[in-house]
Amino acid sequence: MTTRGPGPADSLEPSPPRDRGSKMLGGRAVLVSSLSTILFFAVIAAIVVLAPGSEIVAERFFDPFHLRQSFLGTESEPSVVGAFLLNVYIFTISEVFILILALVIAVVRGIPGPIFFPFRMVAIAYTDLFRGIPLILVLYIIGFGVPGLGLAGLSYLSDVTYGIIALVLVYSAYVAEVYRAGIESVHESQNAAARSLGLSRWQSLRFVILPQAIRRVIPPLLNDFIGLQKDTALVSVLGSIEAARAAQIYGASQFNYASYVVAALLFVLITIPLARFTDRLIARDKRRRQAGAVA
Amino acid sequence: MKRTVLIGFLVASLLLAGCGAQQGSGGSEQGGSGAEQACELQNPPLFEEGVLTVATDKPAYPPWFEGNEENYSGFEGEVANEVAERMDLPIEWVVEPFNRSYAPGAKDYDFDINQITITPERERAVDFSDGYFDNAQGVLALKDSPAADAQTLSDLKDVQLGAQVGTTSLDFINETLQPNAEPKVYDTTNDAKSALESGQIDAFVTDLVTTVYLRDFEIKNTEVVGKYPRNEQFGMLFEQGNPLVGCVNQVLGEMKEDGTLRDLEEEYLQQYLSVPTLKE
Repeated sequence: MTTRGPGPADSLEPSPPRDRGSKMLGGRAVLVSSLSTILFFAVIAAIVVLAPGSEIVAERFFDPFHLRQSFLGTESEPSVVGAFLLNVYIFTISEVFILILALVIAVVRGIPGPIFFPFRMVAIAYTDLFRGIPLILVLYIIGFGVPGLGLAGLSYLSDVTYGIIALVLVYSAYVAEVYRAGIESVHESQNAAARSLGLSRWQSLRFVILPQAIRRVIPPLLNDFIGLQKDTALVSVLGSIEAARAAQIYGASQFNYASYVVAALLFVLITIPLARFTDRLIARDKRRRQAGAVA
Repeated sequence: MKRTVLIGFLVASLLLAGCGAQQGSGGSEQGGSGAEQACELQNPPLFEEGVLTVATDKPAYPPWFEGNEENYSGFEGEVANEVAERMDLPIEWVVEPFNRSYAPGAKDYDFDINQITITPERERAVDFSDGYFDNAQGVLALKDSPAADAQTLSDLKDVQLGAQVGTTSLDFINETLQPNAEPKVYDTTNDAKSALESGQIDAFVTDLVTTVYLRDFEIKNTEVVGKYPRNEQFGMLFEQGNPLVGCVNQVLGEMKEDGTLRDLEEEYLQQYLSVPTLKE
């Protein structure tokens, strides 16, 4: 999708009105936007710089020496960027499991027929429960409770594994609801048409309903994943040193908060590409649907 | 449209870069002003007139603190009480979480006493009184864990260690023990305790007094493997440049000379200090 340039299909679309608009404004738009940007940031900078405590805040939060040193780490303090790799690891693994588990829950919740009532009930109870409990409590219950049980195979996992399990449990409940919204947005006639063509209920779901449903919910899915990326920081309560914890260690030992700024920037840095990607998907989807309406 | 955004960003980043540079140079002028100001004991500069406002974290743990906020005793509680008494002031306790104790801005108390170790790095951000207690690190392990038999520092190289965030115990692990596995770090002593009990860590490193307290009163089947003095002292934490440090140091000096400090240590901490030292 990313490699496809503006092909003949695109040129057939009616040119949207915004093109005309930006040509007309041209240089003036640039000038106005530059001026307003300058003014906007000048006001913020003035407020920050003129504040009576600005020097000490600058030293405690933005000191270049501490920014660099916490980024790289020292003999006794872990590097914030090195610790951030653990966040990346945690959310990458979690996302895969969440996508699968949440889909299963959403599908189970939608199975019709009285015989499947207990399954639907379990799915509903699951989403209610795990959307209701704060993540940090789930982390504590799983991360400190399960190891205490002394069960073979379940109680001797690493704390990162317990962290991933907790994230998957909580986020699957959210994502299942996103999936369900997508499934319910596909018109009933799609299912009826598929069944009348001789597809089984499962085939209809697999080849007709889900492909449309999932495409529609990709933006909210990615939105949940942005939340997930940040919440990986909470896994540190179980003991492992991820970016926010590394920042805390540095801060407590050097009495400086610059490490927190570094950690914050790393999280933003990894979130922005995903946010822009989501925007593009939304724009593409909108374009497609408009094109469909014209045709 | 794209171009507009691009130019906007460029302008913004230039502005921000400008601010950053300015702030950076402003920052380096600060600090290094550790010189002690003169303080008149008769008329000490206080946060609130006529009362010595002292902060500590909540919950405060025995034997450092016993009783409640209205009237703390325990070692640190009594040290603060004694300082107040010698300055002829009533004492008032307030709560200050450790993580906030080094935040920029004015502090709403005279000093913070909370087992805070004096280090040169920390002295760049706050002022410390003279030390009032020589701290040693302690290593706590379950009796049946591989760490329990350790006699030397290198015996602890291959076990999974844990510590509380913000403690010099973590520095001790990283600088002195240098274990093969990255240490686990917990928010509170309670979390570390759970991790030790459930076998997530083999040994918990914290200050000696706390390890002995945990062994005797909190976690069954544990033993304190050993202690290790690192030439660390606890000090009271003041806002940088607070002239009151001078007064408190004067009083602390008297308390050291006439043996009051030693007596308090014996009264509250003696039973916690007799542990074998880990060999190099």
